[in-house]
Amino acid sequence: MSLLEVDKINTLYGDSHVLFDLSIRVEQGEVVALLGRNGAGKTTTLRSIMGVLSPRSGNIRLDGKSIEGLPPSAIAGMGVQLVPEERAIFGGLTVEENLRIAALTAPNAWSYDRIYEVFPRLRERRKSAGRTLSGGEQQMLAIARALIRDARIILLDEPFEGLAPLIVRDLVEVSRNLAAEGRTMIVVEQNVAAALSFANRVYGLNNGHVVFEGTPADLNASPDLMRDFLGVGM
Amino acid sequence: MLSWPVLISQAFNGLALGTLLALVSSGLTIILGTLGVLNFAHGALFAVGAYAAFVLLQYTSSFVLAIIVGCGFMLALGFLLERIIIRYFYDRPHEDQILVTYGVGIVLVECVRAAFGGNAQRVPVPSWGQGATQMGFLIYPTYRLQLIAIIAGLLLSLYLVLYRTSMGLVVRAGIENPGMVGILGINVRRAFLLVFAIGVVAVGLAGMLYAPVVAVTPDMGANFMAQSFVVIVLGGLGSFPGAVVGGLIAGEIISLTSAFNSSYSEVMLYALMAVLLIMRPQGLFGSEGRA
Ligand SMILES: Nc1ncnc2c1ncn2[C@@H]1O[C@H](COP(=O)(O)OP(=O)(O)O)[C@@H](O)[C@H]1O
Ligand SMILES: [Mg+2]
Repeated sequence: MSLLEVDKINTLYGDSHVLFDLSIRVEQGEVVALLGRNGAGKTTTLRSIMGVLSPRSGNIRLDGKSIEGLPPSAIAGMGVQLVPEERAIFGGLTVEENLRIAALTAPNAWSYDRIYEVFPRLRERRKSAGRTLSGGEQQMLAIARALIRDARIILLDEPFEGLAPLIVRDLVEVSRNLAAEGRTMIVVEQNVAAALSFANRVYGLNNGHVVFEGTPADLNASPDLMRDFLGVGM
Repeated sequence: MLSWPVLISQAFNGLALGTLLALVSSGLTIILGTLGVLNFAHGALFAVGAYAAFVLLQYTSSFVLAIIVGCGFMLALGFLLERIIIRYFYDRPHEDQILVTYGVGIVLVECVRAAFGGNAQRVPVPSWGQGATQMGFLIYPTYRLQLIAIIAGLLLSLYLVLYRTSMGLVVRAGIENPGMVGILGINVRRAFLLVFAIGVVAVGLAGMLYAPVVAVTPDMGANFMAQSFVVIVLGGLGSFPGAVVGGLIAGEIISLTSAFNSSYSEVMLYALMAVLLIMRPQGLFGSEGRA
């Protein structure tokens, strides 16, 4: 049994059908990359898993237990944690308050010190309001909120988007370490090379359908796929 | 010609009105910020609070006891309104929310009128607040001075709850992004219930404390409601510090203007709001970009 099984879900925004019988699975300790062009349905998939959106049909199981239809707070309570594309840092709260609210309902919350070991920059900024953080610091804090909850599966939506190369390098490094420690993650990225550098398995999405499933090596071996479905020239 | 004592005593009136507006408006702004609902029943709840004091003081001579029981009543009323009505409107359009809270307000006011009639009722000043206090060349009613201190204390407590407790953390985060609070594992709906009830207690408490210094009528909240809207716009929608500072500014403007010409006091308030909104559309403490 996989840790997470998404089984033929169909998700709609009003009348507009976005995900079509989409199925993916994630094993314990695995990093799965979800790749695809803009508008392919990657964010919608993560939001469906988190319970922010309710699929019209299909099933989502965590440890074999159905979680769909539950509110996001309940799904978070079971150890699933979305790090949203827009980061959604609370700008009026300090860095530490952002961490504190994340840890509030987590049974095995990490200490601040452990978070600051992963992101030393956040220790320096811990009294600063969220809205004063740089894009890179906001992304660190967004990931840190998932870590402090000791989430069993972290859903990263475009974590490297719009960040300076040096910061991307640091964040890739952190992600790689988390992967090496066995943290289960789904990562959505336009930066395919960065995502593939720590993913074990890849799903390619196009127009709400899964069009590819395989390892990073499989994907690298099929430049056509990369070009046609992911919009990545090789 | 205006004399200094008159002006200073108006400044004190402004402070009393200002702290009161701050308390009323903080309830309004916290509910708006967190739940996204502009509560048009807020003025009616102010009147309900005043009548609660009126009724309870017929059974006890202890003002403090009446206030405590009254707060319990307002808390229960807040829970009840949220559970049976308001919560069904969180996902509805703003027009629906305005209509339903406006309707709740009318029903509350008419219930009060049916029970107590439309005539003004008198609520006695507490025994410890009788008479006047001599302050230099100024003689000022003792209870009004105490009112300023009591409400300042209440605002401080509200501040401590908001900025020093986990519950306050959830409320402040919820004002910015309730969706993300839910994604972080917190049952937002339960937090909403508490926020609504706290807002109702705040405005009810303001009504109870203010009852001894005004004529208590079923419609007494309407004016406060309108002024509170101005206050939360001035302070920035959803901002507690904004409600406090905005309340004090509004109180002083109304009182000091009426020292010169009382018919201009409200005009001045709206004029100030217009000027401020042109210079700073998000209000004094509001953050930009919040819908
Ligand atoms: N809130 C929304 N309402 C309607 N359509 C949406 C909404 N969000 C996304 N979509 C549509 O759903 C499709 C998938 O979007 P999304 O999941 O955000 O793609 P991705 O994350 O892969 O770029 C797109 O066609 C997008 O226009
Ligand atoms: Mg996306």
